[in-house]
Amino acid sequence: MLKDITLGQYFPGNTIVHRLDPRTKLLAVMLYIVALFNAKSVLTYGIMAFVLALSIKVSGVKLKALTRGLKPVYIIVAFTAIMNLFFTDGTPLADVWLLRSITFEGLRQAIYMVLRIVMLIMGTFLVTYTTSPISLTDGLESLLAPLKKLHLPVHELAMMMSIALRFIPTLIEETDKIMSAQKARGADFETGSIFQRAKALVPILVPLFISAFRRADELATAMECRCYHGGDGRTALHVLHYHKRDILVLIGFVLLAAGIITLKILGL
Amino acid sequence: MTMATMIETKDLTFYYPAEEGRAATPALREVTVSVEKGSFVAVLGHNGSGKSTLAKHMNAVLLPSNGKVYVEGCDTCDEKLLLEIRRRVGMVFQNPDNQIVANVVEEDVAFAPENLGVPTAEIRRRVDEALAAVGMSEYAVHAPHLLSGGQKQRIAIAGVIAMEPECIVLDEATAMLDPVGRREVLSTIGKLNRELGITVVLITHHMNEAQQADRVIVMNDGCVAMDGTPREIFARVEELRQLGLAAPHTVELMEELNREGMALPLDAITVEECADAICRELGMA
Amino acid sequence: MEPILRVENLTHTYSAGTPFERSAVQEMELTVMPGEFLGIIGHTGSGKSTLIQHLNGLLKPTEGTVYLDGQDIWADAKNIRQVRFQVGLVFQYPEYQLFEDTVYKDIAFGPKNMGLDKDEIDRRVRQAAAFVGLREELLEKSPFELSGGQKRRVAIAGVIAMEPKVLILDEPTAGLDPRGRENILRQIRQYHKEKGNTVILVSHSMEEIAQNVDRIVVLKGARNYMEGTPRQVFSRAEELEAIGLDVPQVTRIAMALRRRGVDIDTAVYTVEELKEALLRLKGGGADA
Repeated sequence: MLKDITLGQYFPGNTIVHRLDPRTKLLAVMLYIVALFNAKSVLTYGIMAFVLALSIKVSGVKLKALTRGLKPVYIIVAFTAIMNLFFTDGTPLADVWLLRSITFEGLRQAIYMVLRIVMLIMGTFLVTYTTSPISLTDGLESLLAPLKKLHLPVHELAMMMSIALRFIPTLIEETDKIMSAQKARGADFETGSIFQRAKALVPILVPLFISAFRRADELATAMECRCYHGGDGRTALHVLHYHKRDILVLIGFVLLAAGIITLKILGL
Repeated sequence: MTMATMIETKDLTFYYPAEEGRAATPALREVTVSVEKGSFVAVLGHNGSGKSTLAKHMNAVLLPSNGKVYVEGCDTCDEKLLLEIRRRVGMVFQNPDNQIVANVVEEDVAFAPENLGVPTAEIRRRVDEALAAVGMSEYAVHAPHLLSGGQKQRIAIAGVIAMEPECIVLDEATAMLDPVGRREVLSTIGKLNRELGITVVLITHHMNEAQQADRVIVMNDGCVAMDGTPREIFARVEELRQLGLAAPHTVELMEELNREGMALPLDAITVEECADAICRELGMA
Repeated sequence: MEPILRVENLTHTYSAGTPFERSAVQEMELTVMPGEFLGIIGHTGSGKSTLIQHLNGLLKPTEGTVYLDGQDIWADAKNIRQVRFQVGLVFQYPEYQLFEDTVYKDIAFGPKNMGLDKDEIDRRVRQAAAFVGLREELLEKSPFELSGGQKRRVAIAGVIAMEPKVLILDEPTAGLDPRGRENILRQIRQYHKEKGNTVILVSHSMEEIAQNVDRIVVLKGARNYMEGTPRQVFSRAEELEAIGLDVPQVTRIAMALRRRGVDIDTAVYTVEELKEALLRLKGGGADA
């Protein structure tokens, strides 16, 4: 069911990971990604895995919830693995049939690539799972604030993002309902050629678009009734403050990225 | 002491933009009503009677085609007063899903004070008080989409209260709710009216909801058709029927019994009053 | 007589194995006879929406079986579309599912999916439109130009046009004004009378259910709670009120009278009935 999609989901909690400033988490995940892409050896992957495992443990997020988030990318992961497995030059595994085209280097490469994608996704999902979308957009808005000087509509972008996130569950629910209603009238989404299936989506997409526009219109009125008039002079319920823990975590992740890069240069 | 006026319309006429090939018919025709400060007014009428259009004029969502609307003396056409008018008169709409902005309940309640530039500590106080006033404090950090319809509407009401308004207009805010949700919303606004003295304008097509109001305005075809206390209005059973509205069954029952020769008072509108009246008539009091 | 629909020991669990796991329906039983007008009542979360989505195979039972004409509807999963044509389901706020550019085409969507020929589709579309009181000239209009009440009737016609043996309506009057509500209910009554088909009306308004159906099933907390004729169910009005259901005002007046020592049956739900009972009482009192 569509309801099982976990995109943009937030699991409220009160762990240190939840309490970190969203800007810290955004910066940390960026440093984490930099480090991840510079990991080239068993040692460095080991360090990265340890950091991820530790973060997950501290956050209290269930591993199952994170692996469920991986579902939509299984195909990409599998594809990358196969590409690397078969198309990397090097020493073949053995001199029999299929194994001839698989090399030791390819095997290692495939494992590394899969690990990289999985760890990348789990790391970013950990941030979205532990940060409310609102503070996430607040964090983004604050990090991007310098761009306002270049007349970029930073507040508007952040507001659009947070509203989009707010309506994802509502629209998923709605899609589910429309789909059921059309199925009740005998619509068939499961069989037929690609062309037929694409055509079968019309009875879902049309009502969905109409409803989304209606919602947008009503929401805009409701926002105006609550005195929304753009970002000027807005205050906030939650003002972002860096605490000591944020500084420690940031230093930690800077060291992580620097360390991994150093190890790479050293060839370890 | 005479009561101050909260909202006043003077010869208010409104046309929706005409669709091609159709002559524009006015949704409101020279409506002149005033809402007293601190009162609880129910506006009844079937779809297309103009009740919702009237509501939308009360905080400048719509502006009059002709005539004037004043909120505590402020002309709603005055662009400079727009924010102040909207702060004073908050609005709760029909669809609970389409008026919640944020992903967390307390963030949503904070939305209006944030827009108004209220300092952070003050926002915190207002959010906590507003959530307590609608009985939703324990849901402060919940995700709104997982709440029931009635709870969502209470959040929307809290979001309005956080502006510290003088008046709340509920534009068919109970229409999409189940009986439990409807009761939740009605008891919440009743409490706000009694305890905080907030003026309430309740737009609805459910007759029973008008019972707790001080005053009922019945709209028909863009005009005010009836105006009075619930007791006065509900006793006019035949007129209501002609307007496509049904009187509460209490009144209908007593009217029917009177036709059979009983002498029951038609202003006994609640179930208990009605039972008392019938007992007296049966000589069992 | 064989029941047209039978639900045996039905349990449905959503999001099994996640923190959001919950059973929306638990060990439910339901029997529906051909030609019956059945009401299902319960407030939000009682499991009524989940139950009806099992009746036409939109949901598959986690446990238990649904029989249509004595056949397990999931005996052959490939046939499930045929079940949906026989058990027509009108969802809540069905006007939000309209998508075609004319009313005619939208009503024809179901019959077209059934693979019927053009003449048969035409006959059904016109007949269904007539049942819900849509005038011929509206058929060529875009559904999006119609009023809310008309849109809803188009959506209902879209299901009626499949000529299902069982027609299920989930809250068909939600959000409508008194006039719109009465219109829709009258048309449903008419449909039931003329077609003689089984109709299941789902609602949380006792008033609405009481005045239309032959039999009521009350659900509570994902389980069966009470069942019987409107009279039987309303004779237990206190219990209904206790579980948060809206008891009709007339019934509440009778209850209030009873509390005051008036010897009156509380199983009444129309003004007419209560009036008669009170007049009898007055007459009887005068005699004594």
